[in-house]
Amino acid sequence: MHKVSANDIIFNILNITVFLAFTLLCVFPFYYIFINTISNNELATAGKILFYPRGIHFGNYVEVLKLKGMGQATFISVARTVSGTFLTLLASSFLGYAFCKPEYWHRKFWYRFVVIAMYFSAGLIPWFVTMKSLGLYNNFLAYILPSMVAPFYVILFKTFVEQIPPSLEESVQIDGGGYAVRFLQIILPLSTPILATIAVFSLAGQWNSFLDTLFLVKSQNLFTLQYIMYQYLNQVNALATLMRSSQGTGAHATSMNLLTPTSVRMTISFVVVVPILFAYPFLQRYFVKGIMIGAIKG
Amino acid sequence: MSLPFLIAIFVFAYLPLYGWSYAFFDYHAGMKLKDCTFVGFKFFSSMIDNPVSREEIFRVLTNTFGMSFLNILTSPLPVIFAIFLMEMKTKRLRSLIQTLTTLPNFISWVLVYSVAWSIFSINDGFLNRLLMSANIISTEINFLASSNHVWLTMLGYSLWKTLGWGAIMYIAAITAIDSQQYEAAMVDGASRLQRMWHITVPGILPTYFVLLLLTIANFINNGMEQYYLFQNPMNKSAIEVLDLYVYNMGMVGQNISYSTAVGVLKSLVSVALLFFANGLSRVVRKESII
Repeated sequence: MHKVSANDIIFNILNITVFLAFTLLCVFPFYYIFINTISNNELATAGKILFYPRGIHFGNYVEVLKLKGMGQATFISVARTVSGTFLTLLASSFLGYAFCKPEYWHRKFWYRFVVIAMYFSAGLIPWFVTMKSLGLYNNFLAYILPSMVAPFYVILFKTFVEQIPPSLEESVQIDGGGYAVRFLQIILPLSTPILATIAVFSLAGQWNSFLDTLFLVKSQNLFTLQYIMYQYLNQVNALATLMRSSQGTGAHATSMNLLTPTSVRMTISFVVVVPILFAYPFLQRYFVKGIMIGAIKG
Repeated sequence: MSLPFLIAIFVFAYLPLYGWSYAFFDYHAGMKLKDCTFVGFKFFSSMIDNPVSREEIFRVLTNTFGMSFLNILTSPLPVIFAIFLMEMKTKRLRSLIQTLTTLPNFISWVLVYSVAWSIFSINDGFLNRLLMSANIISTEINFLASSNHVWLTMLGYSLWKTLGWGAIMYIAAITAIDSQQYEAAMVDGASRLQRMWHITVPGILPTYFVLLLLTIANFINNGMEQYYLFQNPMNKSAIEVLDLYVYNMGMVGQNISYSTAVGVLKSLVSVALLFFANGLSRVVRKESII
């Protein structure tokens, strides 16, 4: 018999209410940005769009993609995300597999060597000086090489491969298969779940990365979307403040659906977040799986 | 064949150690290190001896400790989040909430900054518009430029971003608790809150402890991305943490030797903290965290 007490009901209602409120807090900003990007720009600038869109049009997206640097930045962002993730997958699967082999030359030492790199950093300035002397200043490779070997992913892959029964590998080994054959034929196909996890983490990390551009890139044609967005944010804010102080209200300065500081800022933000918003619900389980495996030996 | 990857680790993680030598020379941008004067520990002692730097270091350390302390203080929040979420019986609602609240963790800090503008700015912020249209305020409030409560606002943004994601680990730990324990407790007449307190909480305490130790180990590494983005002339003195200070001094201000010296000390202290946390873990859990 299951009886529900009055206390239980009150508890449930309170519990659900608090969680829904926090969930709304997490989602509403994205919704607010979105309705402002598709609403009539004059209304949006005048602050009339609060809960639902009015005068729907999609012209902002067309206009924003024509802005200076946007096309190139999109290309750079996509390029670094794809190539960086590919390299990370290669490095973490390779090293992770190698560290599973007891016969690996001084395995313990090299494993430590990799793991310590996760916790230790020499500091920003020495790192910057090193990158510069390696020729990675103003260089696309600066986006993908330093993040290539991420100790955490190496650990994830190693932990996963250790759970694969050794008998599977041995069957190929008897047929004379070397490490490369075993790696390609047995290990890689079996480890797609963990590869997916690493790929998803790496994709998000690369797409969201901002500081490396700030530190190492000065030339316009290497800017990423995140960086361009940051630049526009700051310029637009300065511009908007200027407009306000000179004209009292920003609405006056805009005609029908021309780009306004508000629309530029919000539309770029939405363009940058859209891949995450769409991909996230489908990829979420890989994130969760990854953090679980990482928790076993973190 | 793993050699290229090991070299990459060496080059990007260990080779920069060589750059520590800049802390001992009076280095200026564009010069060669061997042409610079060796000054020994001058830049280290100047942090204490020079009244201006001493004051700055003190301010920056206060910010760093303050924000890290708030971070540790709020570290039980994901635990509470997880416990109460798992008390929700509708699985579909639960996973919907879980998905939506973890979303902010996967957007960049630049976007958080942009989101913050959309909600709080005086130009097109939701909050100001709402308060204005409801006639609660007559002039817009500039929430973002305010230097009041910077630590708390920064904490707020980072909680918004990470709370849902932080709970996931604990949700996994709760799922792993043997359900027979709950059934036995119910037979014994334990109330819901008693079950949460006596079964769920002890069940996830080990996980909490490990994560707390890692937080302690990172006490002085709060990173700089969030603070860099949100800094402005009004709040700079309260927002500048160690990492941001090193950047502002070294890469913006070109005091390369001085900021390297600060960085060297920071790295050393942070290694010491890691060993401390690890030692604590060995004593308490008989297991190391690294």
